[in-house]
Amino acid sequence: MTEQLSTRQFDLLGLAVGCALLPHLQRLPGWLAVALVIIVAVRVILRRRGLGAAARWIRLPLTIALVALTWHEYGNVFGRDAGAALATGLLALKLIETEKTRDARVGLGFAAFVLMSALLFDQGLTATVLVSAALIVVIAALAALQPAPLPAARPNWVMFKLALTLFAVGVPLALAGFVLIPRLSSPLWGTPSDQSPRIGLNDEMKPGSMTDLLIDESPAMRVVFDQPIAQPDRQFFRAVVLWDFDGTTWIRGRRADYQQAEPVQAIVQPTHYTATMEASERRWVPSLDVPLSAPDGTRLSSERVILANDRINQPRAFKLSSTLRYRLGERLNVSDRASALALPAQRNPRTLALGHEWKQLFPDDPQSIVDAALAMYYARFTYTLAPPLLGIDSVDEFLFSTQAGYCEHYSSSFVVLMRAAGIPARIVTGYQGGWWNQNGNYLLIRHSDAHAWAEIWIDGQGWVRVDPTAAVNPSRIVYGNNASGQLSWFENRWFRDARNSMDGVNRLWTEAVVQFNALRQKQALTRFGISDASQRDLMTALVIAVIVMLTLATLWALRQPKVRRSDALERAWILLCKRIARQGPARRDNEGPRDYAERVASDSAASTIEAVGLIERYVALRYSQPKADSGAVAAFAGSVAKFPSSW
Amino acid sequence: MSPVASVMSHWQHWRQRALEFAEQKLPALTRLRRPEPLPIILDRRRIYTLPTGFGVAFALLLFVMLLGSLNYGNNAAILLTCLLAATASGSLYFAFRNLAGLRVIGMRGIGEVHAGSTATVELRFTPGLRDRPSLGCRHDQSIAWFALASGHDDVVRLHVPALVRGWWLPGRIVIATNYPLGLFHAWSWLHPDRQILVLPYAEAEPPALPYDSSNNGDHAANGSDEDYSGLRDYRPTDPPRRIAWKASAHRDSLLNRESERRTGDALVLDYSALRGLDHETRISRLTAWVLAAESNQSAYSLVIPDLRIEAAIGPEHRSACLRALALLPP
Repeated sequence: MTEQLSTRQFDLLGLAVGCALLPHLQRLPGWLAVALVIIVAVRVILRRRGLGAAARWIRLPLTIALVALTWHEYGNVFGRDAGAALATGLLALKLIETEKTRDARVGLGFAAFVLMSALLFDQGLTATVLVSAALIVVIAALAALQPAPLPAARPNWVMFKLALTLFAVGVPLALAGFVLIPRLSSPLWGTPSDQSPRIGLNDEMKPGSMTDLLIDESPAMRVVFDQPIAQPDRQFFRAVVLWDFDGTTWIRGRRADYQQAEPVQAIVQPTHYTATMEASERRWVPSLDVPLSAPDGTRLSSERVILANDRINQPRAFKLSSTLRYRLGERLNVSDRASALALPAQRNPRTLALGHEWKQLFPDDPQSIVDAALAMYYARFTYTLAPPLLGIDSVDEFLFSTQAGYCEHYSSSFVVLMRAAGIPARIVTGYQGGWWNQNGNYLLIRHSDAHAWAEIWIDGQGWVRVDPTAAVNPSRIVYGNNASGQLSWFENRWFRDARNSMDGVNRLWTEAVVQFNALRQKQALTRFGISDASQRDLMTALVIAVIVMLTLATLWALRQPKVRRSDALERAWILLCKRIARQGPARRDNEGPRDYAERVASDSAASTIEAVGLIERYVALRYSQPKADSGAVAAFAGSVAKFPSSW
Repeated sequence: MSPVASVMSHWQHWRQRALEFAEQKLPALTRLRRPEPLPIILDRRRIYTLPTGFGVAFALLLFVMLLGSLNYGNNAAILLTCLLAATASGSLYFAFRNLAGLRVIGMRGIGEVHAGSTATVELRFTPGLRDRPSLGCRHDQSIAWFALASGHDDVVRLHVPALVRGWWLPGRIVIATNYPLGLFHAWSWLHPDRQILVLPYAEAEPPALPYDSSNNGDHAANGSDEDYSGLRDYRPTDPPRRIAWKASAHRDSLLNRESERRTGDALVLDYSALRGLDHETRISRLTAWVLAAESNQSAYSLVIPDLRIEAAIGPEHRSACLRALALLPP
């Protein structure tokens, strides 16, 4: 059984290994990705030219180098990222030493493992479908290792068909296993903590740093409203409130966790909705306008933003309620007022001077000061995603020389201006906008919808939202080079529709599969009368499901191959034998039609002559010509159907 | 012997012991291992299935994958693991179906088999309405892989050592398959009651043919050179004393005298004349002489206990003589 692989078997093995490595390539460090591609390609090509396995003196240094470089790159070899990198490298190295069936089997098992590990990084629908397709290639390569295939015109195609059949046959059992295998309520060993947070909102803001975020078109969250709301794609979702500014960077500042949430007075009926977040590796839960309460597993911070107790490393749904018209905050205490007015000394002197000037001009009239600032933005400023770089007095430079930027620049300069004019102000980051998906009735918010705006304190009104970015004259909105794609092909209507409906499918996938957790699993058996399934119930259900399916499979396997349906003559003949056997002798398995006819003839039943005649007709149809005339066959079948005429 | 090989041989030994014990104690296992008439139809009662070593390793791998994906709470990975596990367990039924319904309709020996040599045993299969790829037939050390296309009978040949002359049952043959993925091993035992005639061992270097019926044959007196009736080319099987040295001296190759062709000089291969030899050695020598006489084209008669076959020559005579020798009681 451990024979040398044929070229065909090896090519398929190389293809399977390549498919297993493919989903990892874009995530792996560059040197490894390039090395993997080269190793697999060179090995397959050299093998076709008749070269055997690489010698040990080649393999051993490569293996050592792989482990050492992985260690160097990640600092360990066991975490999820490092482990996956190491596994892909080892798989490629396995390929260069594989010559025999046995090695190929080990390699293909390992390839399946590597494929599974790709899903630990991205469990979206597209990734899962691609990985499943690659798994079919692995199964086909495994099937091709069989020692004596039937000769076929396209042997690889036969293997793929077989793999696809096996895979398809397995789907019901796989689904039962998926639904019923008890999920762990807490992980057995460390959760993926070794990864850097993926792109997303930060808890600090440095004007000019959000550019990458604003061109990231991947989904951040999806929102389903319980009752329709007006202009869902114009709403603000608050995630982080920033207080402290050191001249270049805004940070949250030292906010006491135990502080009471600022009281909020809802002016309209609250809006209920479900926000489903993609994994962000952060704790923020962006919530519409001002959230009224925190759902389980989260808490409200003092500035009324929602923080999850654990980092969101899996797509997760939150049931939230917010108010769209509100009064936030009753009074500003001394320390908060001080924070909301603090400015770094010795920075941005011109901005401070302008703020002072406005304070003198409009004493005790914050609204006029705000209007003055917004009018200034409207008059001269440009919106661009590719702003000029700013120096140490960033706000001065932005306000008085460059005058071009995006939400971070506007909100930052606005808050500094307000503080200089004596108005308490703070920055809020989150999301604004999004795609309203008509088909799915939900709002899709992408990372590119990230936004920053300001809140100012007006005595008697509380914290009031001001979005200075919106004040920019629409005629001066320029997308930077980075975002030019947004105008060209994202504007294409067909493409946008396609993207929207694709996102609908993704949402269903996230809801049905990715978010399936221990809690949802408990309710999975409700249909069968078990409303709150314990792990024991699940195991019982799993065993029952497996037994049922294995029984069905056994019945299928035991079924004898039937005569092909297309052969009407054969069917008629079998029917005839059955009917004769009712009163006459039954045909023996080893008996041809002629012998049978003789035995029937010696029988004394009344319709012997008719029966023998029919058998003779069958013999003539079956054996006198290569292919019986279909009309004659139909006539024969008709006679057989009417056969017990005299019985 | 390396330690690994030593462990392996121990393992083989214990495995053999365990199998023998199981066969003794579990009649269900042995029932179908007795000789049985053809045709043999493989059905569920006689097809056994177990995971292969690779299958067990694969199950471990699946377990690790499941544990990993459960730990990370990654549903896509759980789904993929379930799909792979379901595919793997489904392959069990494909392995079973690859054997179920297969018929063995014939078995015969190919060519002449002498005891002590390797017999070529041919099995004839009817696959029915299914394609059956990657079937394997094994008898001890001999393995043959083959594939059957639906509706076409086919044969497979095994090389089995034949030890003893006479009617011989080649013994149990395993028919097995690891189709489709090599994860499960499905097998059945074939033990057709079809006997194969094994001819006696032919002595390797027998003494010359006993032409003179008054002579035992061991030291047959050589006639003079003038006795020959003709000359022909020397063959390696010819006894050296028949070489016509004088005539050969004029040629590049050796010539052999064909004096035995003289009519009336009957060659009698007599069992009782071979005194001083044991039973089996006599049979071996007679067998060798029959072969030699046939290749010398000389008519011969065979006299063995309870049987006399009159002088003749030709394939029929030859096989009748060999058969009689093969079937002598031990």
